[in-house]
Amino acid sequence: MIDKRVPDFAAALAGLKDGQTILCAGFGAVGEPVALIEAIIETAVRDLVVVCNNAGSGLTGVAALLKAGRARKLICSYPRSTDPQVIDALYAEKKIELEIVPQGTLSERMRAAGAGIGGFFTRTGAETELARGKELREIDGQLHVFEKPLAGDFALLKAHRADRWGNLVYRKSARNFNPVMAMAGKVTVAQVSEIAELGALDPEAIATPGIFVDRVVVA
Amino acid sequence: MTLSRRQMAWRAAQDIAEGHYVNLGIGLPTLVSDYVPASREVVFHSENGILGMGPAPQPGDEDKDLINAGKGLTTLLPGGAYFHHNDAFLMIRGGHIDLSIMGAYEVSERGDLANWATNSDRLAPGVGGAMDLASGAKEVRVLMEHNAKDGAPRLRRRCTLPLTGRGCVTRIYTNLAVLDVTRDGLVIREMIEGLDLAKLQALTEPALSLANDWRRLVAPDL
Repeated sequence: MIDKRVPDFAAALAGLKDGQTILCAGFGAVGEPVALIEAIIETAVRDLVVVCNNAGSGLTGVAALLKAGRARKLICSYPRSTDPQVIDALYAEKKIELEIVPQGTLSERMRAAGAGIGGFFTRTGAETELARGKELREIDGQLHVFEKPLAGDFALLKAHRADRWGNLVYRKSARNFNPVMAMAGKVTVAQVSEIAELGALDPEAIATPGIFVDRVVVA
Repeated sequence: MTLSRRQMAWRAAQDIAEGHYVNLGIGLPTLVSDYVPASREVVFHSENGILGMGPAPQPGDEDKDLINAGKGLTTLLPGGAYFHHNDAFLMIRGGHIDLSIMGAYEVSERGDLANWATNSDRLAPGVGGAMDLASGAKEVRVLMEHNAKDGAPRLRRRCTLPLTGRGCVTRIYTNLAVLDVTRDGLVIREMIEGLDLAKLQALTEPALSLANDWRRLVAPDL
């Protein structure tokens, strides 16, 4: 029997190691697996590379993880979002490495990782300093920059409902980065509000099929 | 009397065409959706996975899972849809968005856009979706104050700040004027009462010219 449900956060995060890359879903705090991310603080893991659109909100979720000093690097598109007190302090004191990636490029890099694509050329940012050091190519008369795939050792998601196969249903704009990060994680863990019986989720509404999900934990 | 922020948003909204799919940047451009003429049906896109975004919710209708690009609470109109981030940006990068209206620090006379980094060593820069919009939207227009708080011109011969996109801006709405980016440089289409070419030129770095059919920029009290 396939059963991806795990009983607690320790089981959800089993195998997470120092220096690994974690993809943290969410746009601001919406769709962010706050409890799952904060559970990392209870482990001894450090030197993480955190991939997230923002840098957490206030003192919760990704912000709490950064404040606890567990990340050596943040890859994101827009660090200074709602209440950026933690990233502001870390950045001013040069205590974290920051890689700024255009939001669509961030998403597409993870899609490439999940889809087995060895990178892609995009116009986005091609004529800016974010293209520095990257391969440039003119395609149909327009300058493009080559962007590599971005995979995670872990992908941490938040969904509304799941079943034991790991099929996921989201709520409204809380879907955001969750489906693409689900594809790009070697181990993909979803924090969910409810577990549904197998067959109870509308197949037309399942935005992340369980093939992309390894563990489900209720929070 | 310069235009208020709401009057600037009103002016930009008057140019949005019936049937267009439009992405509004965070900050001032967010106000534009309040002023689209009621006779026009326009679909607002939000980079976090919404088409058919509506106004801010009425008290009691708030849903914490329904936010706009600026992380403020929003609503979904009938016909609206949710989708994931990759699709949201595929729409931008694939040229499916008719119009992007963004704020800016600077715009050059060639339409170069600078709106993501200030060269501060204290505050981290943040690009968000700006570079995707600059290169992917069918048209990019800018809504910004004509001058910085210290009076420095924000319309520049060359941008002094890091670029978001090159040659992407077609029209600029400021608190003083509406200007088009053309092969011959910036052309004034509208100016507020009390300004003339010489006065506006004094507040602007690149050379300006006046459209033959230029007119006064008059906005309602908002």
